[in-house]
Amino acid sequence: MIPPPDSPEGAMLKFVRKRAVASLISLVGLIVMVFFLSRLTGDPAALFLPVEASAEMKQQFRELHGLNDPLLVQFGRYVGDVITGDFGESLRKARPALDVVLEAFVWTLWLALITMTLVTGAAIVVGSLAAFRAGGFFDRLSSVISLVGASVPDFWIAIVAIVVFSVNLAWLPTSGTGSLLHWILPICVLFIRPFGIIVQVVRGSMIGALSSAYVKTARAKGVKSGPIIFVHALRNAMLPVITVIGDQAASLLNGAVIVETIFGFPGVGKLMIDSILQRDFNVVLAAILVTALAIFLMNLLIDLAYALLDPRIRH
Amino acid sequence: MAEHLLEVRNLSVEFHTAVGVVKAVRNISYHLDRGETLAILGESGSGKSVSSSAIMNLIDMPPGRISSGEILLDGVDLLKMPAQQRREVNGRRIAMIFQDPLSHLNPVYTVGWQIREALTTHGTASVQARAEALHLLTRVGIPNPEQSLDKYPHEFSGGQRQRVMIAMALALRPDLLIADEPTTALDVTVQAEVLALLEELQQETGMAVLIITHDLGVVAEIADRVVVMEKGVLVETGTVREVYRHPQHPYTRKLIAAAPGKGEMHAPAARAEPVLSVRDVRKRYGSFEALKGVSFDLMAGETMAVVGESGSGKSTLARILLRLDEPDAGSALWKGRDLFTMSPAELYKLRRDLQMVFQDPTQSLNPRMTVYQLISEAWVIHPDILPRAKWRERVAELLVQVGLGPEHMGRYPHQFSGGQRQRIAIARALALEPQLIICDEAVSALDVSVQAQVIALLDKLRREMGIAFIFIAHDLPVVRDFADHVMVMQKGNIVELGTVREVFDAPRENYTRALLTAGLNPDPDIQAAHRAARLQSAS
Repeated sequence: MIPPPDSPEGAMLKFVRKRAVASLISLVGLIVMVFFLSRLTGDPAALFLPVEASAEMKQQFRELHGLNDPLLVQFGRYVGDVITGDFGESLRKARPALDVVLEAFVWTLWLALITMTLVTGAAIVVGSLAAFRAGGFFDRLSSVISLVGASVPDFWIAIVAIVVFSVNLAWLPTSGTGSLLHWILPICVLFIRPFGIIVQVVRGSMIGALSSAYVKTARAKGVKSGPIIFVHALRNAMLPVITVIGDQAASLLNGAVIVETIFGFPGVGKLMIDSILQRDFNVVLAAILVTALAIFLMNLLIDLAYALLDPRIRH
Repeated sequence: MAEHLLEVRNLSVEFHTAVGVVKAVRNISYHLDRGETLAILGESGSGKSVSSSAIMNLIDMPPGRISSGEILLDGVDLLKMPAQQRREVNGRRIAMIFQDPLSHLNPVYTVGWQIREALTTHGTASVQARAEALHLLTRVGIPNPEQSLDKYPHEFSGGQRQRVMIAMALALRPDLLIADEPTTALDVTVQAEVLALLEELQQETGMAVLIITHDLGVVAEIADRVVVMEKGVLVETGTVREVYRHPQHPYTRKLIAAAPGKGEMHAPAARAEPVLSVRDVRKRYGSFEALKGVSFDLMAGETMAVVGESGSGKSTLARILLRLDEPDAGSALWKGRDLFTMSPAELYKLRRDLQMVFQDPTQSLNPRMTVYQLISEAWVIHPDILPRAKWRERVAELLVQVGLGPEHMGRYPHQFSGGQRQRIAIARALALEPQLIICDEAVSALDVSVQAQVIALLDKLRREMGIAFIFIAHDLPVVRDFADHVMVMQKGNIVELGTVREVFDAPRENYTRALLTAGLNPDPDIQAAHRAARLQSAS
């Protein structure tokens, strides 16, 4: 049953619908852009086929893939294919490109999900406590750690971590997958930068919230410090934090290209780099659209989280 | 049993800031008994809120420090209590309400949740808290209390929010309620209702009330005794009537003398050709009709006061006349030319004739510009008014005219007090030699003594330079001393328009009468008579 539009649930539904439509428009824009950009980069036949391919081979390739048709006809066909989920065959793996991408994407999704959950939890606790005693020892310590974390390049950490934990100490595998131990290094390395950034944002936002009038009211009511920080202030302070969490999560969903490559992690970032190097363009296009779709869905979730946290946005 | 419910003894509080130690209150002592209402009266910077923050343990330390004194609640010193025990006093034995209920209520939780929290924090079971919250909302007069429990603070009006705050504060029937400027942000009629509610609840529960205010009218309405503070020092204390009738300290005398609404009313001259002629102005925001056809005339050198409560459309009218917002219909002839149909180029030239002074000078003056830059900026924009060589001289003149000095030219806004900043804003408006100045609540944020000075200044400018004023205010006594004509607005309509004597001495409309009687008079005897009349008309 659909709730009436003036009820809280109805307002929520309307809000979600509005955001979804906005996201859908951007998605359509992206599909148009991906198609025309791939044509702008040159003749697909020249790109797909080896450099030494003959003119007949190119001609044959063009006819096979309908590249001689007018651009708009090609575009229509492309859109139709995309909607039915047909991205063509992977040229190197002789399987549907979408299957190849989805397989890799599941790995990336898990990696991003686990990392961001850990990052969010840790950053909120550390940032909140730092804000509660701003200027104190814990605050200064966490400022140094988060600043270093946000600034150090992850490829360097990845290599150092392999040298220390895999080579010297031999506690963890250097690369690949197969056991839970394989996940530890990639997650730890990916953890550092978003953690540093989000701690800073949580701290700043919480300092504002903790000095607000409603916190004064809570203190006048006799509320304990714990609920004041984590119930009264935190929920108000989360709005800017969520935006940054979204940004950071998006960059992980895009495939943490460098970290995945260094650790030989079979995610979408590594797949994309490999496919670009092998000129497997169907896979590249499919990967772009799948990650884009994932990021759009995530942004919708972020908008929903906004509305859940702040009733003023719902109305 | 101790002698008094609350006793503050020799309390001194200081704040350690970058520029040195500020002694916020020095050696103040007062006491309060059950069932009694004590008002702490003072202007901004008097330290009137500091002692109550100390009572509530709301002073951040550092930078704050309580350097001496005791705060005894039933004979027990709150300042020496262990933290845990101290926390349990808040909400249970002493509760507090604040000036701005919107920012003091948590925006992301329902009011029901926030009231229940006050109860459960001190050990009430949650089922019981639910029932109690409903009972409290009903008691403070929130309509549809059952549904209102699940609403958020932004869904209520200002007066209702303060009622919610009161419900929350009184949840555990505290012995002492501290009210810090509880009605300052509210419309006069709502203010009267909220104060009446507080009094009723006090009689019901026998609690003591400590009310902090800058408003002599509030003191006259609600307090038994009053403590007057100036610059951190307690200068006078006594019963309200005693202090009003026989003030001992010069500062108290000055405060009482500055209270608006006692001067001679203007008798405007016969009206000739209007400079501004407004006809049938309408404005709608979505489904909300802000202005429903407003028409009036304004003569040169005349002051038209526009009074009304929030939502009456008075600020919308100001914005539309300055074309900061576009009207839906109507006309406004300025010396025969319609402001609403002018091209941007014409409007640009005309801007120098029409100036505006806003409510909050802290926000309307750029903090990174010196006073000289702020005032002379007008001539950068309109270069034909004055050659650059004369700017310095003219800025000095303008500063003298508004009661400041040429030596203030190189300073920044933050180095001035609120009243001085408003003078700078007025000097800036005068720089363009305007013929009409629209003041939107231009003195509302100022202390009474400063308010009187700024109004005297505006009146002087009107007389000497023939400037016309549209003076928007919610405060009727202020208008009484300054306006020639008064326009009373309600819900986008003009309900009454006449000379100041007509409107104040013989109001024709019920709404005007309601506004006039709801306004608080600083004289406790007059206020008592008002209250009797109000109670009679209510029953």
